[in-house]
Amino acid sequence: MPAFLIRRLLTGLAMLLIISALAYLLLYLTGSDIARNLLGDNASQEAVDLRAAELGLDQPLHTRYLSWLGGAITGNLGRSWFGGSDVTSLLMSRLGVTLTLVVTSTVISAIIAIALGVWAAVRGGWIDKTIQVFSLTGAAIPNYLIALGLVALFAINLAWFAPTGYTQPGASLGGWIASVTLPVAALTIGCIAGTAQQVRSSMLDVMRQDYIRTLRSRGLGPGRIIYRHALRNAAGPGLSVLGLQFVGLLGGAVVIEQMFAIPGLGSLSVSSTTQGDIPVVMGVVILIAAIVITVNLLIDIAQGILNPKVRLS
Amino acid sequence: MTAPVLTPAPGAVDAAANNHSASLARRFAKDPIGMAALIFLSIVVLACAFAPLLTTNAPDKAVLGNILADPGNGLLLGGDSAGRDVFSRLLYGGQFSLLGALLALSIAVVLGGVSGLVAGYFGKWFDTLSSAAAAILMALPGMVVLLAARSVLGSSAWWAMSIFGVLLSASVFRLVRQTVQNVRNELYVDAARVAGLSDARIIFRHVLRVVRAPFIIQAASIGSVAIAIQAGLEFLGLGDMTIPTWGSMLNDGFARIYQQPLLVIWPALMIALVCLSLTLIANSVRDALENTGSRHRTRRTRTGRGAAAKTTTHSSNPTVAPAAAQNTGTHNSETPLLSVRNLHVGYHQADGSTTHIVHGINLDVHAGEVLGLIGESGSGKTQTAFSIMRLLPAGGAITDGQVLWGGRNLAELSERELTALRGKEIAYIPQEPMSNLDPSFTIGSQLVEPMRLHLGLNKADAKTRALDLLTRVGIVNPERVYSSYPHQVSGGMAQRVLIAGAISCNPRLLIADEPTTALDVTVQAEILDLLRSIQQEHGMGVIMVTHNFGVVADICDRVAVMRNGEIVETGPASTIFSEHTHPYTTQLFDAILTPDNIREPYRAPNTMKGEVTTP
Repeated sequence: MPAFLIRRLLTGLAMLLIISALAYLLLYLTGSDIARNLLGDNASQEAVDLRAAELGLDQPLHTRYLSWLGGAITGNLGRSWFGGSDVTSLLMSRLGVTLTLVVTSTVISAIIAIALGVWAAVRGGWIDKTIQVFSLTGAAIPNYLIALGLVALFAINLAWFAPTGYTQPGASLGGWIASVTLPVAALTIGCIAGTAQQVRSSMLDVMRQDYIRTLRSRGLGPGRIIYRHALRNAAGPGLSVLGLQFVGLLGGAVVIEQMFAIPGLGSLSVSSTTQGDIPVVMGVVILIAAIVITVNLLIDIAQGILNPKVRLS
Repeated sequence: MTAPVLTPAPGAVDAAANNHSASLARRFAKDPIGMAALIFLSIVVLACAFAPLLTTNAPDKAVLGNILADPGNGLLLGGDSAGRDVFSRLLYGGQFSLLGALLALSIAVVLGGVSGLVAGYFGKWFDTLSSAAAAILMALPGMVVLLAARSVLGSSAWWAMSIFGVLLSASVFRLVRQTVQNVRNELYVDAARVAGLSDARIIFRHVLRVVRAPFIIQAASIGSVAIAIQAGLEFLGLGDMTIPTWGSMLNDGFARIYQQPLLVIWPALMIALVCLSLTLIANSVRDALENTGSRHRTRRTRTGRGAAAKTTTHSSNPTVAPAAAQNTGTHNSETPLLSVRNLHVGYHQADGSTTHIVHGINLDVHAGEVLGLIGESGSGKTQTAFSIMRLLPAGGAITDGQVLWGGRNLAELSERELTALRGKEIAYIPQEPMSNLDPSFTIGSQLVEPMRLHLGLNKADAKTRALDLLTRVGIVNPERVYSSYPHQVSGGMAQRVLIAGAISCNPRLLIADEPTTALDVTVQAEILDLLRSIQQEHGMGVIMVTHNFGVVADICDRVAVMRNGEIVETGPASTIFSEHTHPYTTQLFDAILTPDNIREPYRAPNTMKGEVTTP
């Protein structure tokens, strides 16, 4: 177990390093003159050169990357080109919002998806068919369209919720719940659909296994078989899909945050992209990569706990 | 947004190996949902391709009077916020949306397909390197990468879709690599290699054929994801504003949702329906793949039934009647423990019919008696054993007859009543020890669970009893095995554990389904001895399902010979050995190796007489 964990941790760090190098290379290796773009065509060449030196753009690329990396390790991701604010504190102010959104969506999705998947697998018949149709449709339709539908129905027609805006949970818990209900619903529907499908098929797989029959032959009732034995064995594939869904949700949050005017990482990445604020874009990319790699690591650990073959080898 | 791309189940991939595309296409054509999706998609593609024929309005011609106009007045779907024709923009926009998705798809397929093929077939350093690259590509949400790329490359839709294609190539790579690796290890590919076929020919003849169907499935879902993410970018206002696209129409519509709600509906419907139909096509292809697989299975059982039905008409009356007579006649007259009367077992088929595999058999088992149920594979002996405990696989059921147990008909008990009886009164020992222990729980917890349930023992007592049982079945270090997981013990050990589990609640009848077949020859004898001694110790009745007369001779008191779902001969084991009457029983005996039918050692024609060539 510890050796396996350490190996995974090192792989994760290596991946993060490679991603940062690639991202840095691609973001800064443009033909265009960054300082000129920032100052506009009317600026004098001296001013442009001065600005380039100020931003360290006169240094060779690898020196710049190494100094960025050195900063990144100590938690300093540089300064925004627009407004000059510290990238790390900018990211941290947005991170909580996005994480609460995505983690809430993941937890709600997991609970509902497991219930639906098990229900479909065990009951079969029309219940199974209905859940499958929902899964297929929910997973196929992009989540911003689902959000659009929810806004049109619940915010515009019924006026139950404000169509946009965000209330900090610290300011008003009720207000926060009201402001994230539609975004979370939009994110979860697709996630539930995709996960339920997987839970259903891995439950069906497990229920066909020999040991399930043998456990039944020992006189264990359907409840014990399904919830204690089958679900435990089906949890592995379900977790893997949930990990993929989490990555999908992070991407989905970008659009959803923008739609609902939620001040998270997603809307930050949209605004910094439009401005061409490369240090912020770089920060967002590396932070999201770090989150994804951490989540994958956590899932690996959970898989190890679930699966004795992994845990004990 | 970057919903995980649909991946076909491994079973589907296996099934694909045996299928021709023609039958796959036929299956697909019969699926109304898949066909409807395909037709809808074709109409959309054609309408977009021939947009100039369908509308005379240019997509970017703004007419002041048409701003937010309602449908009508030469504008089929009304005008947008700049007074442009929505219908025309929908068609022309479709060209860009579909072409963009096609670009992403082509890049993903070519890049992922070729690298997956090479990595899966040749492996080595390329495999390591490309797998790592795929892992990195999959570590980032597509949307975030596209946003980052946009900040340096600008808003070109083509750039965005090319980059997205590279990202998606990782999932194609994984699918192709996995499939190719599976195929590569197939025996027929080995055979082709031994036959001297070049790698290129093997790849084209064998590997590509298998990869093709899962490939279609994935291509369809990649198309769907590409359209969704492209429109998503444009919806955010980050797309190419110089060209009409569904996403930019969505953006425009959403901004005017209060003034003209219809505006947002058309592009939303378009995106949703195109994504949905691509997913439905992928799903139908997968269904078609799985059905072609199951159709093969069905056909096989049908021929089996055909053959069985023939024997029924020819020989059922003469054989079954004496069998039943012998059953009651040869043994003492006390009431049997278990009485199976006229048992029929059938499986429900997808078309509503039922395929019968056991055709009205009769069996009696007395307390303290070991009944051998012998026959070749497919004779219905295991199905008979399962049906007594009502543990048949999904779709299987007792269709007629009675299973009498202590005055109750097990065929008619509720599932709850049967659950209370299983393990406690009738227990089961499976054939394959390793797959019959739950891999996620320790052996100890699997032993303890039924005992606490049936015998009402507390945790400590149940553990003591479990350790005693493990000792009883000949396990030297019961404490260690108790806390082991199934993958940590050997097959012989696992079978002992399963025997311990079966007898843990003192059942009166034990059904053993070929309990020694999967074991080493040396272990087989030990397990049979163990079963025999436990059976005598507890005076249990045993049904020993086997295809091996050696097992019968070793342990059985009485034998029932099964063939094609019927019992063709029963009698005391000793009698069956000396005076079997049915030709099938004779045939089974003839198949046994005896000193008389061992063939002479092979002699090469040119060696001298008496000189034996060593093999």
